[in-house]
Amino acid sequence: MATDSSHIEIRSLYKVFGDDPDSVMPYVREGMDKQELLEAHGHVLALRDIDLAVETGSIQVVMGLSGCGKSTLVRHVNRLIEPTEGSVEVDGQDVRTLDRTALQDLRRHKVSMVFQHFALFPHRTVLENVRYGLQMQGVARPECDERAQRWIDRVALTGYEGSYPHELSGGMQQRVGLARALATEAEILLMDEAFSALDPLIRADMQTLLLELQRELHRTILFVTHDLDEAITIGDRIAILRDGVVVQNGDSQEIVLQPSDDYISNFTRNINRGRVIQVGSIMEPAEDGAPAAEPDPDACVPSDMVLEEALSLVVDSSGEEAPVVDMDGRTVGAISVERMVHALAGDTGNGEDAEATGETADDTAAAQEEPAKQKPSKD
Amino acid sequence: MIPWLQEFPTLDEAALRALKKAFDSGYRTFSRTYGDSIEGFFDPLLYFLIWFERLLLAAPWWLVILVVAAVCYVAGRSRRLAVGVAVALFLIGYLGMWEDTMRTLAIIFVSTLIAIAIGIPVGIWMSRSDRVQAFITPILDIMQTMPIFVYLIPVVMLFGLGKIPGLIAVVIYAVPPVIRLTNLGIRLVDKEVLEAADAFGTDTWRRLFDIQMPLALPNIMAGVNQTIMMALSMVVIASMIGVKGLGQPVLQAVTNQYFALGLFNGAAVVALAIVFDRITQSYGRRIQSGRQN
Repeated sequence: MATDSSHIEIRSLYKVFGDDPDSVMPYVREGMDKQELLEAHGHVLALRDIDLAVETGSIQVVMGLSGCGKSTLVRHVNRLIEPTEGSVEVDGQDVRTLDRTALQDLRRHKVSMVFQHFALFPHRTVLENVRYGLQMQGVARPECDERAQRWIDRVALTGYEGSYPHELSGGMQQRVGLARALATEAEILLMDEAFSALDPLIRADMQTLLLELQRELHRTILFVTHDLDEAITIGDRIAILRDGVVVQNGDSQEIVLQPSDDYISNFTRNINRGRVIQVGSIMEPAEDGAPAAEPDPDACVPSDMVLEEALSLVVDSSGEEAPVVDMDGRTVGAISVERMVHALAGDTGNGEDAEATGETADDTAAAQEEPAKQKPSKD
Repeated sequence: MIPWLQEFPTLDEAALRALKKAFDSGYRTFSRTYGDSIEGFFDPLLYFLIWFERLLLAAPWWLVILVVAAVCYVAGRSRRLAVGVAVALFLIGYLGMWEDTMRTLAIIFVSTLIAIAIGIPVGIWMSRSDRVQAFITPILDIMQTMPIFVYLIPVVMLFGLGKIPGLIAVVIYAVPPVIRLTNLGIRLVDKEVLEAADAFGTDTWRRLFDIQMPLALPNIMAGVNQTIMMALSMVVIASMIGVKGLGQPVLQAVTNQYFALGLFNGAAVVALAIVFDRITQSYGRRIQSGRQN
């Protein structure tokens, strides 16, 4: 599991909040759940046995409802929160072993952070905020200002250098937060519900901005959100957290098409499958060795095209079925309209409850309660 | 019947007298032994106070008015305020209270400086630990509720009459607000902002001086303002132990029933209070206006 390319490696991480977390760890290890631990011993189990490896240059989303421990989890990476047990390695170095100065160095040079409520320094101007991390690194003032200015330009805030945070809108404030975090050139970026406090339109803008920047910067990003659409838009991989446990960790296709349990399928039932599922995930794979017929380039569907676009393309061109090609233009399979429609209806693998998926339009809050009700009947 | 159920069980008179005597003689011995060295310790303060008083008295009256008005303008960026202050000071002088006002100004200024020099570090210390806060808060409560005359006694026993005991009495009475509000101001700094500072690897000192102190400054200024007001209210009482200034004529007016004398000098104290209050408040407002959340 531990590959050379993983930048952050979290192993068997436990976090218990309370007066004496170590004293209740035996119960936790025996499998006592969050509710029982709170009632019997007055301690809050925030994270249980988390294993998570984040690859260099990728965006790992940590998703879950409020109180599931996702914000607690990211704060272990720069040790804003001390783990109760387990290890958190950054570049192969366990952050638990770092002394005060080494930890400060880690926070100054290796890991930076963007916060939900921006957490800008209200008594400092935009420029002063953005250069803060550089000042902490000990970079000389003229260079600080020049580098900070570059990042201010990158997040399209040119002209606002002298403004104070309270003079800016929420979206602009978070651009400052992003610029401040990027300016330190830290390879790891922690984003704790960074866009959650923003209006939907502004949020979409910020997501686009982040993805644009990431295409050039290739930072390792740990992105926390409670919004599945955001997770799917941004994440290379998505880890879904529930009551401090990772329920599933996979890419967006896996989460949507092979939800590991009812909890996750409840989560995913309200998303627009047509905009998430890619043709490559549901196509009929081409048989090995079959002679690749020279396909008509106009009728081909790229494997990473989402169903919504693919459907209209297939219907417009040939009508029934179309070959699927990969990035190099090789035929890798075929996709039929029928297959796509089934996938849209949530009819993949466990097709029997396809109708149930269609009719409810509750938000994710309902998804939280549903599995709890279903569980007893299953066990 | 048991006697103490009917009558309050008191220490018998002889024992009580002996207790008080022992207390007094103990303190007297202390002040005789250490009085001189403690006084010596405060000498630099005395020299500074005298120097500042002489400076104010020696300077031409118009220059003093000009400087005070300028300070007002710099602090509050308000021309009206500066002009108002200048007029008030001129009136005080015109009514013959210039010298006393300058003496009062000197002792208020110096005791405020001392109160800030003691109060801000203590407030910072308090803000960093709940235990320290739990320890200091009752002391501050006692300092503020104990009748002022009570702590004038040991101070006078130690130093005799004069400027230094007056200064000490004023500082003891006036220092609690700046301590309290420094503590409060630092504790009220947004936790998320502090977390952000930590996340960027801020060390303890820079966290204090770059983040906590500037963000607590409006509250600290409110504390300084309170401290000055309390110091001013001590002027008359301090005059009872020989501090010269606007308090003495007020005291004289009380004992001799000179209503006009009391009123004029009281008004001069009020005018000084307004000057100090406006300067600190408008400064506090100005630093706050740059940074609402």
